[in-house]
Amino acid sequence: MSFLSVSRVSKSFGGAAVVDAVDLSIERGEFFALLGPSGCGKTTLLRMIGGFETPDNGTIAIDGEVMNTVPPHRRPTNMVFQNYAIFPHLNVFDNIAYGLRRLRLRKDELRARAEAMLATVRLEGLGERAAGQLSGGQRQRVALARALVREPKLLLLDEPLGALDKRLREAMQVELRAIQRKVGITFLLVTHDQEEALSLSDRVAVMGAGRILQVAAPRELYERPNCRAVADFIGDMNFFHATVRQIGDSVTVNAGLLGILALPRANLAPGIRTDDHILLAIRPEHVGFSEAGVAGEIASATFLGERSHYHVKIAGRSDPVSVSGIAPTHGTVHLVFPPDHLIGLPNA
Amino acid sequence: MAIGNSGKGYVLLAPTLLVMGLALAAPLLLLAVYSLHDQNGLALGGWTLAQYRAVLASAGYRSLFLRSIAISGLVTLVTVALAYPMAYFVAFHARRKFAWLIALTIPFWTSYLLRVFAWKIILGFDGVINSAALRLHLIDQPLSLLLYNPFAVVVTLAHAWAAFAILPIYVSLEKIDRSLLEAAGDLGDGALRRFLRITLPLSLPGVIGAAILIFVPTTGDYVTPELVGGTKGTMIANVIEVQFNSVGNWPLGAALSLVSMAMVAVIAALFVASARAAAKAAR
Repeated sequence: MSFLSVSRVSKSFGGAAVVDAVDLSIERGEFFALLGPSGCGKTTLLRMIGGFETPDNGTIAIDGEVMNTVPPHRRPTNMVFQNYAIFPHLNVFDNIAYGLRRLRLRKDELRARAEAMLATVRLEGLGERAAGQLSGGQRQRVALARALVREPKLLLLDEPLGALDKRLREAMQVELRAIQRKVGITFLLVTHDQEEALSLSDRVAVMGAGRILQVAAPRELYERPNCRAVADFIGDMNFFHATVRQIGDSVTVNAGLLGILALPRANLAPGIRTDDHILLAIRPEHVGFSEAGVAGEIASATFLGERSHYHVKIAGRSDPVSVSGIAPTHGTVHLVFPPDHLIGLPNA
Repeated sequence: MAIGNSGKGYVLLAPTLLVMGLALAAPLLLLAVYSLHDQNGLALGGWTLAQYRAVLASAGYRSLFLRSIAISGLVTLVTVALAYPMAYFVAFHARRKFAWLIALTIPFWTSYLLRVFAWKIILGFDGVINSAALRLHLIDQPLSLLLYNPFAVVVTLAHAWAAFAILPIYVSLEKIDRSLLEAAGDLGDGALRRFLRITLPLSLPGVIGAAILIFVPTTGDYVTPELVGGTKGTMIANVIEVQFNSVGNWPLGAALSLVSMAMVAVIAALFVASARAAAKAAR
């Protein structure tokens, strides 16, 4: 059995299902992200794992113990709250030591553990600082230290970097990953920021409308999304309608504008059959410019440094094709769509 | 003419400053001047500290001061202790907060004097409590210990000032970020510890505000002890009134007033300081 096991968990508020029969397994020591747009139920799922909401159905087990009705203060989890929830009447040291005080530690042991944690989050010497005098990044560190100092089996992070500016967020991402490796605690992160999820996590679960759409390692998620919603949410993606002609060692599809193409069998999402109407998906960086191919007109070009981003209008299609590469800034171009990078997704 | 920023401030404050000056500062100054004179028939005599010496030397005044402070201290304690759970309920559990707040303050829409008389009727010899208890055969004859004593003063004042305790405590509880309580629970605290370590310290400004708001005016309350206090429930304000109105010894009345004010100020300051220290100790 996995370390964290969520099975058939549902939760609705006022008749609306927010989390809908979710299954999830997380292994010990993993850095796992729940990724999805706001309102997809990811925070509610996290709060049920932390004990702040009770599931209507299903079970949540941590390390083999069913947790459904166990209150937060008896769970082997700790949480970094979205707004950090720093206790305003306590200084940094007392915030961090808060969860240690009732463990009946010796005074010097308590101090040693809190000081060690201050060092881990690089807040040495700031123990006496009042909560109100902290910067955003410092508050984030205090919240992290306060949760980690209790050595939980599972650390829950609710959009922990959402309140920080871009630069600080990127720095904290690196640091968060390093801290997780150092303490070896299982991290479960909730975020709507795909970049954050992809760069930090061992595995990512993409959620949409209360369900889990796909669970995969970041690279796989990017290269082999299993449905349109995941492909759309992560990065930029072009879609073309197509019909499956034949499924053998490779898959032959009639892609209309793009002609008849043969894709590797592995590029086809499971469950698709011959004659199914499907979507062919391709990332902008995989669309190529060439001498021959599908003719198109550059509608817009955005210079991004080492490469540019183009919108190319092609005949018979209303949406322009997104292409990332190097080409002239206007005029007619020819596009090629390498079959190795075309993914066949259910048309849903 | 250009007026600077501070100048504008004074212009805006002018009406208030005028009223405060005429109605508060000037009378207070006058009181201080009176207290430093002696009475010479109907006129003021020369400058002297005799009034203060008389006030401080008299065992009667001393016990009256102590009783006033004991009664209003008790009133403060009772009111805050009863108001806190009510404010807590409205802030944390009530669905229609505004309706609850209105309901809680409705009794205070009637005049203070009427409410004191109401208590007189409730506590009196043939009042509501006594007649009900007689009818139910709980007692053979009416209890006389309900009215005209310090108990009646405490009950009446505690009721009269309840709204002044509920509202500030409610505001401070309402302001507490609920995620702080979740965080405390997450860090291992059950409901009671969560209350003692987070809710109570964070609502302390409201509690201190309520306590000061009740303690300061009730120490000098005159109406309630006069109407329901009897001889044992007399407070310092009643004696001050006698000095000004019946005896006509204004200098002594003035000295009593100022000593009473000074005492209230000192006690309030000590209370605030110790409450803050207690909150700091609770981590």
